[in-house]
Amino acid sequence: MRFNEKEMVSLSRQPSEMAAELGMRGPKKGDVVKKRLVKLVVNFLFYFRTDEEEPIGALLLEQCRVEREDTQVFSIVFLDEAERKYLFECNSEEQCGEWVDSIIKASYEFMRKNLIFYRTEIHRLTGKDPLEQYGISDETRFQVNNGLQLMPRDTSSL
Amino acid sequence: MKLNERSVAHYATCDSPPDKTGFLFKKGERNTAYHRRWFVLKGNMLFYFEERDAREPVGVIVLEGCTVELCESAEEFAFAVKFDCAKARVYKMAAESQAAMESWVKALSRASFDYMRLVVKELERQLEEIQGAGAGGLQGSAPPTAGPSPAQKGLQDEVQLPSDSSKENGVAWSKPPAAWSNGSADGASCVAWEACTDPGNNHGARAPPVPPRRRGASLESPVSPGTGCFSKLHDWYGREVEELRTQWLQSQ
Repeated sequence: MRFNEKEMVSLSRQPSEMAAELGMRGPKKGDVVKKRLVKLVVNFLFYFRTDEEEPIGALLLEQCRVEREDTQVFSIVFLDEAERKYLFECNSEEQCGEWVDSIIKASYEFMRKNLIFYRTEIHRLTGKDPLEQYGISDETRFQVNNGLQLMPRDTSSL
Repeated sequence: MKLNERSVAHYATCDSPPDKTGFLFKKGERNTAYHRRWFVLKGNMLFYFEERDAREPVGVIVLEGCTVELCESAEEFAFAVKFDCAKARVYKMAAESQAAMESWVKALSRASFDYMRLVVKELERQLEEIQGAGAGGLQGSAPPTAGPSPAQKGLQDEVQLPSDSSKENGVAWSKPPAAWSNGSADGASCVAWEACTDPGNNHGARAPPVPPRRRGASLESPVSPGTGCFSKLHDWYGREVEELRTQWLQSQ
């Protein structure tokens, strides 16, 4: 599958709050723990050899599950291949917790759910759709019932 | 650079609802003819398939940090996805109608993770204000005829701030079509909050008055009412995660 690698490398260079040297082990049998600079940028987890400018690789953090494996270890598993675990060894319990938290929140789909929640809550409390003032109420990505788009909608106010 | 391609391809075809799908012509890299492909936009990822029912995507364009522009082309309804990095490729595309082109340009230019994050932060802030202010939703927006309301302006300011760490997608198409955009990519100022969607508008025209509240689209929360506080939000996700986990375990 082709992907725009140059642009991804450029993305990996953006400043990030979550970047640290962790022990990383790949999912294949026989993979060993290696020291990597791991960096979270939007919904990608990039990993570099220490002091190298270009990442070795990236993991798209959608459709995955993050779990704490141990006090200082967390894992990432992708739902389509749940038996393959990427393991990350942190330097402290606290750091491990921060990473788990950050990665959970680093998915587009997670943010979308948040947005839908806030939108409905605000509407419930105020009777107003908070997105209307920005003119973005109709965007597919903000729809509460995404997936049921085929239903005809009342467009009398448009 | 490695990528977890199998899982990325799975994301493309799994049943999470896409943000947009449709046929577009895409200009090839080596073979510079336009090829018709089936496109699926999910989040900040634009997948393309050889055919609509193909099982795996041919490729994906990560849209983070891109700008989308109309472009001059022999091809009708053409637009381009551009990136602000050295030797970046320009993805030239063409839609099958004016409406499709406009719809795609709009969807792609707002596809970034950063944009979604911005909107979420804004709503989070609004909700906190509402809850802080007590009952009554006095935080409503005034119709922005005289200019952006404070809340709106805040968001627009944030969006327009050129920033190293946060690249939002610019929307050059908000300019009247006659002005073929070339230099619109000071992307920072280009996010169109649909104020300029009417091609007949002057560029920079005021936002239209807020339309009357929409009925029909259900905004009923999918969760039990009363989830106005964060701990309940966490419970809600917790339950959803539990359900997914159960489902997954059962499918093993």
